[in-house]
Amino acid sequence: MAFYRSHVLISVDPECLSRGAHEVLDALNDELIVQGLNDEVQVLETSRIGDPYRLGPDMLVYPENVHYANLSVDDIPYLVEEHFLKGRVVEKFRASEKAIADEELGAPKPKEVRVVLRNCGKIDPHNIEDYIAEDGYQALARVITAMKPEQVIDEVMQSGLRGRGGAGFPAAKKWQLCRQVPDNPKYLTCNADEGDPGAFMNRRVLESDPHSVVEGMIIAAYAIGARMGYIYCRAEYPIAVQNLNIAISQAREFGFLGENIFGSGFSFELEVRMGAGAFVCGEETALIASIEGKRGEPRPRPPFPAVKGVWGKPTNNNNVETYAVVPQIILNGANWYASMGTEKSKGTKTFAIAGDVIHTGLIEVPFGITLREVIFEVGGGIKDGKKFKAIQTGGPMGGCLVEEHLDLPLDYEALTAAGSMMGSGGLIIMDDETCMVDMARFFMEFTQDESCGKCTPCRVGTRRLLEIHEKICAGNGEPGDLELLEDLCSEIMKNSLCGLGQGAPNPVVSMMKHFRAEYEAHIFEKKCPAKVCRALICYEIQPPVCTGCTVCSRNCPVEAISGERRQAHQIDAAKCIRCGICAQVCNFNAISVLS
Amino acid sequence: MLTVTENKNLAQIVEAAVEKHGARPDAFIPILLEINHDYGYIPAEAIRLARKLLHQPEEHVLVSEGQLFGLASFYHMLHTEKTGRHVVQFCESAPCHVQGGRELWKAVQQTLQLQAGETDPEDRFTLKTVSCLGICGVGPVMLVDDDLYGNVTPDQLANIFAKYE
Repeated sequence: MAFYRSHVLISVDPECLSRGAHEVLDALNDELIVQGLNDEVQVLETSRIGDPYRLGPDMLVYPENVHYANLSVDDIPYLVEEHFLKGRVVEKFRASEKAIADEELGAPKPKEVRVVLRNCGKIDPHNIEDYIAEDGYQALARVITAMKPEQVIDEVMQSGLRGRGGAGFPAAKKWQLCRQVPDNPKYLTCNADEGDPGAFMNRRVLESDPHSVVEGMIIAAYAIGARMGYIYCRAEYPIAVQNLNIAISQAREFGFLGENIFGSGFSFELEVRMGAGAFVCGEETALIASIEGKRGEPRPRPPFPAVKGVWGKPTNNNNVETYAVVPQIILNGANWYASMGTEKSKGTKTFAIAGDVIHTGLIEVPFGITLREVIFEVGGGIKDGKKFKAIQTGGPMGGCLVEEHLDLPLDYEALTAAGSMMGSGGLIIMDDETCMVDMARFFMEFTQDESCGKCTPCRVGTRRLLEIHEKICAGNGEPGDLELLEDLCSEIMKNSLCGLGQGAPNPVVSMMKHFRAEYEAHIFEKKCPAKVCRALICYEIQPPVCTGCTVCSRNCPVEAISGERRQAHQIDAAKCIRCGICAQVCNFNAISVLS
Repeated sequence: MLTVTENKNLAQIVEAAVEKHGARPDAFIPILLEINHDYGYIPAEAIRLARKLLHQPEEHVLVSEGQLFGLASFYHMLHTEKTGRHVVQFCESAPCHVQGGRELWKAVQQTLQLQAGETDPEDRFTLKTVSCLGICGVGPVMLVDDDLYGNVTPDQLANIFAKYE
């Protein structure tokens, strides 16, 4: 084995790649060769190290444990000469203490507990030995050599683990159902079709700690009696697919997958199946159809996949996070896991925070934490000192919650009772400059587009919902529209075939409930209180503030602004297309938006 | 990558894709993805060629052209229409939308003079929307071919597009 005096870990997560991590990596390798250091310094690719938004591309140098950030190709020759040749830490490239303290996954916030994300950013996802060093595959060894399948199911049952895909069905219950079906062979599927906009926790786990999912699946397969498993990963996650394939082939090499695992007589194979861009494939029956090479259209249940799934055989389907947590439950015991969370929702949950908060990104918190703690303590509060308006939980099929819900304990039941849902864990936070009618229109655009078209209530209903919202946003809302929306929502929810259609009206229902006045302002007063809907706003120049610098009139794409130099300008409302460019370019804040 | 390579023979691409993934039903989608990636889109001719290779009654693999076209038209990432030399995919998801994506989308359409789904007359760019890429931390996000751009602002667009001939 080659001996290196120094190891460099470069972060190549998608964010860092978008900021040139590969170019930095290539430059580093080239420069090490130029300096003749390539036999002494090993360069490894790793997942995210710090917050790439502020730090990327960044690298860690061991054994010194120095974190360099915001690197560019031009910095590399100097860095190599100073650090690796002369042995001096280059302070100017070091990530500042403050930035490290803020980073997304390097330092958990006080309220966080990391179970699923524990290895993310700490280990090399391409190296199975890194995972093994963190107790990886120990749970598998224990399960296969010392536990009966029923004991595994009992242990997971006692832990209270519920499916992390959104519905929260007890995981062990599902395994038991599948195990009891007297039909063989049985299949195992992992739903890695994380399509909810704003949810990227599964991507992170698959990219940074793929072995935890692989190990969890092998344990589940042993418990159920499955011989073959599929991980259905969306094609939008190419790095996750790549890392999973590497992890699977390494696990096979080490004898954790394949025939006769640990000499126990138990055999299990695992393959990755890629989606091709269809949100509905996250629905389990659609996912199964897609694995079989068909259009990803859902079918009515029953029969449930536990009875008739992949190739018509009993199939157990769980989410990435559900499988990833299983080895930890086996290693630390059901009681340890059940000690976290609320009465009915045990353990921890990962959330992806997006939108108008200071710290967007991934967090993992025990169930029972309040939304207020998540937004203002873990998330750092609303950006730019603005006010909190609403939070969308559960993705596009979820609902929005408002100020009065902020002190609810986060668990499956509490969110459902408040008119939203847990979903996969995407949290989109909106400030007071967000128009809720526009947001509802936006969510409808999404579901209308993603509706597979098989059943009428969803195919036609979501289109109608969208059209009515477009009409209202365009200033053509009429009395009766709200009642029509309510009616449509309830029909779509009752009559759609799968979760997509049944959940599609949720954002509209919750937004109409909490922001009815905003809908009414659009319809009856033709006003958009948040000043977002183009047809309902106008731009006006404040004469006392305007210096007549002519920047706005020169930038106006339709020549709607007139006025002499050094004289206050005017906007011709009839010509104005409300693109907002004038307000953006004005250096004096002289242009205001009126509703 | 998504660029149409005229000199690459369509038949060779289809054969290589079938060879790589095997002629089994659960390989249909990976095969179509491969063709889409290598040829830029999936023309009717590709469907005909693929069907010939995949349909093997003696192996109990039965497939029709309609079935393959059904797949190609169902999945967003498979294109049945000819695309430009470069495909711009804009993330239209909520997290990007609330982080400046709405303004950026207008600017992208204006800069390229294209609406979603359109290709310019010179076959340089095709503009498409894409569902959440899961990198919401750096929204708004845009893909040009396989290159990812995060934290994009309207004033960066001209420079980004200039990189693609």
